[in-house]
Amino acid sequence: MAELSFVIPMSVMTLFWGIIGGVVPWFVPKGPNRGVIVTMLVLTAVCCYLFWLIAILAQLNPLFGPALKNDTIWYMYYHLP
Amino acid sequence: MGSLFRSEEMCLTQLFLQSGSAYDCISELGEMGMVEFRDLNPSVNLFQRKFVTELKRCEEMERILGYLLREIKRADIPLPEGEVNPVAPLPKHVLVIMEQLQRLEVELSEVTRNKEKLQKNLLELTEYTHMLRITRNFVHRSAECEPPQVQYEEFPFLEKDSMMDYSSMQRLGAKLGFISGLIQRRKIEAFERMLWRVCKGYTILSYSEIDEYLEDPDTGEPTKSVVFLISYWGEQIGQKVKKICDCYHCHVYPYPNSNEERNDVVEGLRTRIQDLHTVLHRTEDYLRQVLNKASESVYTWVIQVKKMKAIYHILNLCSFDVTNKCLIAEVWCPVNDLPILRRALEEGSRKSGATVPSFVNRIPSNDTPPTLIRTNKFTSGFQNIVEAYGVGNYREVNPAPYTIITFPFLFAVMFGDLGHGVIMALFALWMVLYEDNRKLKRTRNEIWNTFFEGRYIILMMGLFSVYTGLIYNDCFSKSLNIFGSGWSVNAMFESGNWTWDSTLRTNAFLTLDPNVPGVFNGPYPLGIDPIWNLASNRLTFLNSYKMKMSVIVGISHMSFGVILGIFNHLHFRKKFNLYLVLLPELLFLLCLFGYLVFMIIYKWLAFSARDSQMAPSILIHFINMFLMQGDGVPPLFPGQVGLQVFLVVIALLSVPVLLLGKPVYLYWLHNGGANRIGMYRGYERVRRHSEEELSLMRANDMEEGSVPSDLSTSREQQKEEFDFGDMFLHQSIHTIEYCLGCISNTASYLRLWALSLAHAREYQHTTSNCILY
Repeated sequence: MAELSFVIPMSVMTLFWGIIGGVVPWFVPKGPNRGVIVTMLVLTAVCCYLFWLIAILAQLNPLFGPALKNDTIWYMYYHLP
Repeated sequence: MGSLFRSEEMCLTQLFLQSGSAYDCISELGEMGMVEFRDLNPSVNLFQRKFVTELKRCEEMERILGYLLREIKRADIPLPEGEVNPVAPLPKHVLVIMEQLQRLEVELSEVTRNKEKLQKNLLELTEYTHMLRITRNFVHRSAECEPPQVQYEEFPFLEKDSMMDYSSMQRLGAKLGFISGLIQRRKIEAFERMLWRVCKGYTILSYSEIDEYLEDPDTGEPTKSVVFLISYWGEQIGQKVKKICDCYHCHVYPYPNSNEERNDVVEGLRTRIQDLHTVLHRTEDYLRQVLNKASESVYTWVIQVKKMKAIYHILNLCSFDVTNKCLIAEVWCPVNDLPILRRALEEGSRKSGATVPSFVNRIPSNDTPPTLIRTNKFTSGFQNIVEAYGVGNYREVNPAPYTIITFPFLFAVMFGDLGHGVIMALFALWMVLYEDNRKLKRTRNEIWNTFFEGRYIILMMGLFSVYTGLIYNDCFSKSLNIFGSGWSVNAMFESGNWTWDSTLRTNAFLTLDPNVPGVFNGPYPLGIDPIWNLASNRLTFLNSYKMKMSVIVGISHMSFGVILGIFNHLHFRKKFNLYLVLLPELLFLLCLFGYLVFMIIYKWLAFSARDSQMAPSILIHFINMFLMQGDGVPPLFPGQVGLQVFLVVIALLSVPVLLLGKPVYLYWLHNGGANRIGMYRGYERVRRHSEEELSLMRANDMEEGSVPSDLSTSREQQKEEFDFGDMFLHQSIHTIEYCLGCISNTASYLRLWALSLAHAREYQHTTSNCILY
């Protein structure tokens, strides 16, 4: 189960930013600004994907857990599914 | 990509302008705005150039226009809002404008002088009125205060006649004199003391303050004044008192002798004040009329005079040819704009009605052309930011198109709040949608102008902040729980680690243990898990995450920058740079800091809660790598020590390659190989443009007999000397700068962590302190 909850977001995000960075640039109409727009798309995809990747890799194997107040624990036990 | 990727290709051209049509041609070129003139008379003093008189005339007009604008602003007259862009006026129209301006200036100064005189007059009369009114109260008061006494025959001065007049005083045998006037309130105590000391009690001073503020004629500020009345006995005392009054800058007015005289004076003053008011109003109306008429065309004149001044300044840069009939100008022009340049010259010649057209001729040059990068309203903001650090050399790769994304992205990493990002993006969107609104464009507020100029930058920053806020899971310092947290409290209870009575009631804080099965169900799919917002050890986790994130982002950014240099080396046909400069740089960076990034990612992937007790500290490993000590701590992975030694050796070896490689190679190229010296010397040293093109053009020129400018040939000679010392010094500076820069810049990327931490805490404190109260 833990594996699946990692694989699905991974593939979805990779696909999403891959389309933005790799597929959409082919459809930008020819004009004086084509180069700038393609650069912007590729860079956005790379930066945003990298940022998300770092966030999920950092949480993949946590070395310690959150320290909660006992009120919070009580609330979470009874009110959250 | 064209012009944004690297700067445009420029060529040096010579313009031959007929002296009759020179002004119009340059006006046309100015409107086109794409050429840079070179100074052909550098040795000539500014005051000895040809068009100095015209420039002086322009400056005189600018002075008058400045004075006009100041007066218009002082009178609060609104200036027309519309966009005006008139062409520079022809020289024959200039005299008309000059005459108009001079007439306006004379009229305006006369009217203002008159107005000031009238105002001064009015002030004096007002002061006199106040003085009369208040001194009457003095005398009345003193009469009322005195209790009814037995009246002695010899001293009938306490009768109903409340005025001390000359007759009663003469009976006393003394000559009573009065001095009355106004003095500033802050001086009155000193004045009183001085009078007492000097006149030794032979004067009586009574004073009272005026309620309203009167304008001080010297400074124009409202000041409080005090009306005083000095009564003195004797001529000598009178002189002394007068001198003291002069000393304290009092305004002295004649004191009326009797009641009737006083009433007459008051009446006269009242009518005079009324008259003055009317005249003053009329003057002010006339002044407004004059200024109103001037304000309609003042902006047009300002722009026309500016353009004219610019044209004469450019004409001063040109030189006359031998026949003195035609002006020669040397101009840098983008190659793509040559047809436009030709058309502009034709237009100028046509407008001035010249019989012989002006023409343009392209000439070869070895000088470095200026850097021109065409931008539109979107890219100009980013280009300005890049140019604040330095303008690139000719045909170097331009970092600006990449900063369009990286600059807002790095800002967003530091800003990292969804809610604030939305607000920022909406604000910028409003500015962008209403950018054509004239009122927004034309305000004089400096701070607003800064925001408005950067509206696209702010929009990008806001949009990226929305994304990073989503990843940091921080929306107005609260977390969003979209997908459900990966941490489960129930599992801790079910496994028996926690019990209701003992554990929960006795401990204020309890830490979830990811080793217990079921507690951690996988990473949160989009960003940071929302449970961390509720945790007290939130910062321990976030600090570690954000610091590592900063280092990874920083190393990626820096490597990208170094790799961009490939384009430069390839374009300038210096392939040796790829092996002698780029490769050592990359090796140094990646062997040391790239390995650090690898360690970070490896630790994330390989170590889990099971081995959390023995999870190594990356920082200690990194430090040990440099000190070549591997024994104290358990390794991250097998073979780590060997790999680290290898990487450090490579990195250390790449430094001398970077330092010495390029100078030694160029020295060998320059000197080595006998067959290289000689015929090809001139051919080889020219490194700027394509060598063949240049030598062909030289040959052509010598055939046609046209002469390139003297300056360019002399500059050539100097550049072709190969100075090993200079090259070595340059390269060593580059090496030191690069190596130290790698280390310090990597560390400075930690600001991404620091600022995002500060932003989150700042907003959290604001909400907890302000909003919850």
